[in-house]
Amino acid sequence: MGTTMLTGWGRTAPTPASLVPAGTDEQLADLVRSAGPRGLVARGLGRAYGDAAQNAGGTVVDMTGRDRVLHFDREAGTVVVEAGLSLDRLMREAIPLGWFVPVTPGTRFVTVGGAIAADIHGKNHHVHGSFCRHVLEFDLLCADGEVHSVRPGDDLFWATAGGMGLTGVVLRATVQLLPIETSRMRVDTERATDLDDLMDRLTRTDDQYTYSVAWIDCLSTGRRLGRGVLTRGWHAKAAELSTKDRARPLAFDPRVRLAAPRRLPGGLLNRYTVAAFNEMWYRKAPRERRDEIQPLATFFHPLDGVADWNRVYGPRGFVQYQFVVPFGAEEVLRTSVEAFASAGHASFLAVLKRFGAGNDGMLSFPDAGWTLALDVPVSAGLSPLLDRLDELVAGAGGRLYLAKDSRARAELIARMYPRLGRFRAVRDKYDPTGVFTSDLARRLAL
Amino acid sequence: MIDALGNPQTVLLLGGTSDIGLAIVERYLASRPVRVVLAGRPSPRLDEAAARLTAKGATVETVEFDAAQTAGHQELISKIAAGGDIDLAVVAFGLLGEQAVAERDPAAAVELATVNYVGAVSVGVALATVMRAAGHGVIVALSSVAGERARRANFVYGSTKAGMDAFYSGLGDSLIGSGVRVLVVRPGFVTTKMTAHLEPAPLATTADEVADAVVAAVRRGRHTIWVPARLRFVMSGLRHLPRPLFRRLSR
Ligand SMILES: Cc1cc2nc3c(=O)[nH]c(=O)nc-3n(C[C@H](O)[C@H](O)[C@H](O)COP(=O)(O)OP(=O)(O)OC[C@H]3O[C@@H](n4cnc5c(N)ncnc54)[C@H](O)[C@@H]3O)c2cc1C
Ligand SMILES: NC(=O)c1ccc[n+]([C@@H]2O[C@H](COP(=O)([O-])OP(=O)(O)OC[C@H]3O[C@@H](n4cnc5c(N)ncnc54)[C@H](OP(=O)(O)O)[C@@H]3O)[C@@H](O)[C@H]2O)c1
Repeated sequence: MGTTMLTGWGRTAPTPASLVPAGTDEQLADLVRSAGPRGLVARGLGRAYGDAAQNAGGTVVDMTGRDRVLHFDREAGTVVVEAGLSLDRLMREAIPLGWFVPVTPGTRFVTVGGAIAADIHGKNHHVHGSFCRHVLEFDLLCADGEVHSVRPGDDLFWATAGGMGLTGVVLRATVQLLPIETSRMRVDTERATDLDDLMDRLTRTDDQYTYSVAWIDCLSTGRRLGRGVLTRGWHAKAAELSTKDRARPLAFDPRVRLAAPRRLPGGLLNRYTVAAFNEMWYRKAPRERRDEIQPLATFFHPLDGVADWNRVYGPRGFVQYQFVVPFGAEEVLRTSVEAFASAGHASFLAVLKRFGAGNDGMLSFPDAGWTLALDVPVSAGLSPLLDRLDELVAGAGGRLYLAKDSRARAELIARMYPRLGRFRAVRDKYDPTGVFTSDLARRLAL
Repeated sequence: MIDALGNPQTVLLLGGTSDIGLAIVERYLASRPVRVVLAGRPSPRLDEAAARLTAKGATVETVEFDAAQTAGHQELISKIAAGGDIDLAVVAFGLLGEQAVAERDPAAAVELATVNYVGAVSVGVALATVMRAAGHGVIVALSSVAGERARRANFVYGSTKAGMDAFYSGLGDSLIGSGVRVLVVRPGFVTTKMTAHLEPAPLATTADEVADAVVAAVRRGRHTIWVPARLRFVMSGLRHLPRPLFRRLSR
């Protein structure tokens, strides 16, 4: 069979696999039962940054063909969907009916299966937790070729939530949606002059907002170190819309406006171009603006307006570094921002957020504390810098996000995820021969 | 796996006591712990190399390997791969030999050809087989500028490197699309135990410099490098010199 080169969103470390469309439950079960020595893993829309949905020399199942909405309870706001359905499609179905996805990442182009496997979080984590909190049930195809119906409370549920596809293939899921009156957001924007100011504003007033995030300029140093822009808000009520918008309060039809050229040279993003961009972004933001009404897509998914923007980083690709450290470990945050600023590793849009409490997911990422995420182009000095930060993060009791990782060390991940042992026990019980595996699993010895 | 920033987890060094090979391993070890398999002929030198790498944080295994005994190569390499994917294999064994002897004694010439060419071809095929199945891996082949145009002064060695270089360049092409890459390294004169008895040539370099160049080239996915890099242009000039002139220049 032919093979296909696959990478994650960061376009690093490509490896070939037989990429097979998922087909029916029966076809998929056959595929699992006959998986070769290099095993098998599911793939959604490939938005994990690293190698989670890659399997060198093995099989990768493309789930995106299984994208039907099987049942929509308009009263209760629960949907039963196939796991290859994208959140983009789900939003287009649900929003006009007055329902919103419970958690959305910074892009709508992820599948429900990918959302469960990474137990994704959004700007509302401090209020609503991560995705799997809103999953009522899912069907999981396990290594023996049998379909298990899994609910919260089952060991398989919390091993699969954040389990990066290593417990089996999620076939279908029942998700509880969030009621909304409109497809608009009511947004407050404010500028913070430095890191202390930024953290202070987030700490004092986050509780008032359903959604909250801050952008940090990771290239300013000195007095401006960690300056940034906070954008926080709520779903707008119908009464808050203009008379014109009130005619169609639930309209939702975001478009992709631009496409990045297919071939771009490396080095387009360097500390000068990014510094200029960051300066502009910061200046453009109002010092303070209240109650602005914005479309959902503008607030949640600004990058989705540009197709394939990941190409901008050039042929060598890029890494997204995301960690969480507990409250009280603010020093790690400061050291990281300083390290990136002084090393001049150009990064657009570093994002800072406060997480609420974590859940029982054995490999689930979010936990109470500060999370910082930033994109960095691959360059020579990057590896030692990130290795050093990993040690600080682990030392503070924090962790890295597996869905973003493409370069961490196995020993560090084991320290960061104390429930890895329990995860392995459950995985080994249902998949004793290691049918489900991926480049990520091999690299991190999960 | 070799991660997004070029860090391997398992490195196999064929020619486990090679100064250049060990410098490459140590360069990786300087940033991360690595599982290292040293393949070589048992000797105190091999044990010392293992001890040194262990002290620097590597998990080291030594396995018995003779480049000239090709019959066991595939089995050996498959067995190593069964203990964990080989992310990076360095083909570092080689003999410089003595030109004066080799050009008059068929047995001496054949020994050079057997180790440097036949042995290298054998492990190349074996490595490609396991790496192709794994869908990833990098083979670093230590060729030499001596193979780019054989000189009167060491054409026996030069010819074995020419053959080895051609083989690995072709192997690299055959592996396009398989996830496996080959890096052909063409150093000039490197001051190591192989050349300790010789007067350093112009543009002489060190094992550490070769190692730095190799690590950077692996990270960037290059297929051929010269060390020092300037040799590329020097060699390209030398290749086109008329024979009589080249003969006189390169005595
Ligand atoms: C621009 C951008 C912004 C992002 N913002 C956020 C954010 O704010 N918050 C956040 O949490 N994440 C964020 N992410 C990461 C993204 O949400 C996760 O990586 C998500 O898992 C991607 O889903 P996918 O369908 O593309 O899955 P893939 O990338 O294809 O796969 C990811 C993992 O899910 C597994 N998987 C996929 N489908 C199934 C299935 N049916 N059954 C079992 N396992 C499966 C795969 O095996 C793999 O381990 C962002 C990514 C991008 C590119
Ligand atoms: N040094 C230079 O100037 C230079 C320049 C260009 C290219 N190169 C090439 O680079 C490679 C490494 O050279 P180096 O400078 O590191 O030399 P080195 O230190 O002398 O290493 C040579 C290695 O080859 C091994 N070897 C020889 N015959 C063998 C056999 N039959 N079976 C298994 N192993 C055998 C030796 O092992 P033992 O310890 O068992 O003998 C030793 O590990 C060689 O291929 C060389 O041709 C070197």
